[in-house]
Amino acid sequence: MTTKVQAPAAAGDKMGSGDAVASGASPALVLLAGWLVPGAGHLLLGKWVRALLLMISIVGMFAIGIALAGKVYTPNTGEPLDMLGFAGDLGAGLLYLLARALGWGQAPVLVAVADYGTKFIVVAGLLNIVAAVDAHSLASGRKQS
Amino acid sequence: MNLSHFSAVLLFSLFTSIVFGITQRAEPKKMVRFGAFCFALFVVGTVAASWAMWLIKP
Repeated sequence: MTTKVQAPAAAGDKMGSGDAVASGASPALVLLAGWLVPGAGHLLLGKWVRALLLMISIVGMFAIGIALAGKVYTPNTGEPLDMLGFAGDLGAGLLYLLARALGWGQAPVLVAVADYGTKFIVVAGLLNIVAAVDAHSLASGRKQS
Repeated sequence: MNLSHFSAVLLFSLFTSIVFGITQRAEPKKMVRFGAFCFALFVVGTVAASWAMWLIKP
């Protein structure tokens, strides 16, 4: 029986470190930017089409969640499910801070559609974390292109 | 803003599939294919689960 093993890219290999070298951005900076602003990590790497699509998707999802009167979780409520919701919301970066600053999503959830909104907001945050980690993988050379 | 349940499913599936497609594949053509696959799976899976819940309701 044979197994497929992916060989690590050689140092200076175009496929392995091309993005980080071409953009000059450090992986940590790309990760931070991608977390704070959806799509910003990919934008720093020069992948503007991906950045635009990610930004539209994540910001759109967050905005629809707010428009559906979804709940924005706050820390220290003591409820385990609320803490998980807060962790998910926090993934949206500056969008979460903006929502808290402007008092969005603080009304009680009374209808099913508002509960959908709550899920939209949490998933937008989780997807933003996925996108930021993807940008970090591109910058560090772990993902090839 | 008010959405029907089905339009909420479509929007959720669309946005999530776009992010999955971009982040889980390396080549543009594969991104589009994987995104379309995820979208179809989300929508069909939700409709199937809805029918399953309707069938098992007391």
